Amino acid sequence: MIINSRFFNRSELIGFVTLALLLFLILPLSLDAFRLNLVAKYLTYAFVAIGLVLCWGYGGILSLGQGMFFGLGGYCMAMFLKLEASSVENTKIQSTPGIPDFMDWNQITALPFFWKPFHSFPLTLLAIVLVPTLFAFIIGTAMFKRRVGGVYFAIITQAIAAILTILIVGQQGYTGGINGITDLRTLNGWDIRTDHAKFILYFVEVVLLFGCIVTAQFIRLTKLGRILVAMREQEDRVRFSGYSVANFKIFAFCAAAIFSAIGGALFTLEVGFMSPSFVGIVPSIEMVIYTAVGGRMSIFGAVYGSLLVNFAKTTLSESFPQLWLFGLGALFIAVVLAFPNGLSGIWADHVQSRIDRLISSIKRKSGGWTSNSVADGAPAE
Amino acid sequence: MSDEPNKGLRSPLRRKLLMGAAALPLVSILPRPSFGAGPATATVNTTGLAVTDTEVTVGILHSATGTMAISETGSIQAEKLAIEQINAAGGVLGRKIKFIQEDGASDWPTFAEKAKKLLVNDKVAAIMGCWTSASRKAVLPVVEQYNGMLYYPTFYEGLEQSKNVIYTGQEATQQILAGLNWIAKEKGAKSFFFIGSDYIWPRTSNKIARKHVENVLKGKVVGEEYYALGSTQFNSVINKIKLTKPDVIFTDVVGGSNVAFYKQLKAAGVDLSKQALLTISVTEDEIDGIGGENIAGAYACMKYFQSLDNANNKTFVPAFKKMWGEKTVIGDVTQAGYLGPWLWKLTCEKAGSFDVDKIAAASAGVEFKEAPEGYVRIHENHHLWSKTRVGRAKLDGQFELIFETADLIEPDPFPKGYQ
Repeated sequence: MIINSRFFNRSELIGFVTLALLLFLILPLSLDAFRLNLVAKYLTYAFVAIGLVLCWGYGGILSLGQGMFFGLGGYCMAMFLKLEASSVENTKIQSTPGIPDFMDWNQITALPFFWKPFHSFPLTLLAIVLVPTLFAFIIGTAMFKRRVGGVYFAIITQAIAAILTILIVGQQGYTGGINGITDLRTLNGWDIRTDHAKFILYFVEVVLLFGCIVTAQFIRLTKLGRILVAMREQEDRVRFSGYSVANFKIFAFCAAAIFSAIGGALFTLEVGFMSPSFVGIVPSIEMVIYTAVGGRMSIFGAVYGSLLVNFAKTTLSESFPQLWLFGLGALFIAVVLAFPNGLSGIWADHVQSRIDRLISSIKRKSGGWTSNSVADGAPAE
Repeated sequence: MSDEPNKGLRSPLRRKLLMGAAALPLVSILPRPSFGAGPATATVNTTGLAVTDTEVTVGILHSATGTMAISETGSIQAEKLAIEQINAAGGVLGRKIKFIQEDGASDWPTFAEKAKKLLVNDKVAAIMGCWTSASRKAVLPVVEQYNGMLYYPTFYEGLEQSKNVIYTGQEATQQILAGLNWIAKEKGAKSFFFIGSDYIWPRTSNKIARKHVENVLKGKVVGEEYYALGSTQFNSVINKIKLTKPDVIFTDVVGGSNVAFYKQLKAAGVDLSKQALLTISVTEDEIDGIGGENIAGAYACMKYFQSLDNANNKTFVPAFKKMWGEKTVIGDVTQAGYLGPWLWKLTCEKAGSFDVDKIAAASAGVEFKEAPEGYVRIHENHHLWSKTRVGRAKLDGQFELIFETADLIEPDPFPKGYQ
């Protein structure tokens, strides 16, 4: 197999440009501030979905616990924002001014040590990336070095997500418990609740999203990406060829964790709070569904999947407050039964092939050289 | 305008409405209620709310799906009943109330999203909504930022007060202290065992109860245990109760956990006719799931029971059952949900405006004399003055009223000495 020397082949380039047009131009111009903020919220899940494409679609590692990394990233950001919102002037009615309100309700009188670094914004940014990576590294090392994989790994990640939720809910004096960390207002003095701020945050988020897309594409195209695919198909052969399978798996898992954490941190900024309801089993499985709907082999599909499922969730629940969950369930069943490769599968089977045929026929008519466009259409995995 | 039949009151709705509103004498005076006779829209709505010459829009925001749906359905029903009755009696400032219902789906961020949608897109004049503290905490920054008005029906932990919220349920001190005083006096109780679900409301309530037991009643708390939401294994705590033999078991276990708790209590041989148990979290709605035979004899302390014997309640309960079926039961929070639209209407009429700032300012002192619980008045801190009552659970799932405070109790969301 020849590795494509170009960074994007033609169909990927079309996908890239289309998505860029959609997110940078069409949506901001056509939606009002409220709907655009909803799109921003949906896109935070796209980060997780892209991570899952790498780790599940390419690496074959199904993690049902991505919510914990999303949550860890989100909580790191929320802790910083909460400390900023809990200045001594804002909290004078408390028995201990200057600490977050929920700590005061739980009779805590001094800021716990692990909250202190979150006074600093650079340290917070560092923590958003490092804390989930470290966590993923520990889980990954413990599992993959012992050759725990497949369905056992999925179950264990799910269990860890559940444990983390229980821990956060139980330690409510330190974490805000089931309410989460709410009432976040400013980022370094900049009010994040205004429409103007949401507009800017949206673009920051889209830029970061494209950063993640390019990174994921880069990983996919390097030799590393090929090893991930090989590992998914024939783990033993890769091992016998002298590669350390565990290390590659740990890498893919950590990369997916970082993407999720960035999404989580942005979620906190967009929505204005963080709560354990994003950490547990249900949101983690939903995140896998976004990837499945988009097509687990497609980076762009992951973005569209997150947008589509969340959009359906919002519109169905607005129109049918009593019945919308059935509609959503029907959507999932339809996608899995009829289109096992998700949106990107539909695109590749029905649209892309026609475009390719059209282009090659034009080329044949117009010029002498024969086209190899169908061959470079999709990488051969 | 008024000779045109009302658009929203066509056949099925009207029939239901006429039945439901049979109790309201006004209906007979106004055979076809007319709208649009109120003051000009420009004067009652200076802030761009969804108010027309004939209609005003409010939002209903509760969980119609998810784990909380079973609890919040009663509030939705009560709010719809109140809105229909208000419309039948001529609406608010001459305008018919139209409601937009949104589903919070037992999910706190969804609550925040939908609250924002109601305020920003639909420009609703008020929101009747939220149930759990977590959903309120998620919605609060939204209603404060977009200057909305939220009527919140649940009894809750206090420690909060907002210009943009009217709390129609009781805050913790209002609900708990009278009940503890009563049980200490009547039963001579000295030792208490606290059991709660593990989140902010039970923890805060128990903190207040502990300070009251230790400092005021000079009693002793012999145990305090918390269980995760949804937990169904209470055997170890029941063994501890049997060992410590407290005079009173004081519980604020919520939701489905109650079913397991009372069944296991009964299976362990704890007889509630001999062992006093005071709960602040079990209403008629929960008994529906627990089963009257498992909880008969327990005391509950709150502000409303379906069995209350007063003229207002005697018209409210049949109207509710007409609209929602004979088998529905009405708990404390359902009644508090019913207060929301009425208090909002009365406040709008007092303020002569739908503007949120004017309503927030006019709220203090608004009184609702037709409240099923008797009489309520809004305090300056946006909570309600209300009585506290103790009821005893009977086999048929209803409570028998045992005690009620002589006077209305002042709401005190930031109680000195209890924090």
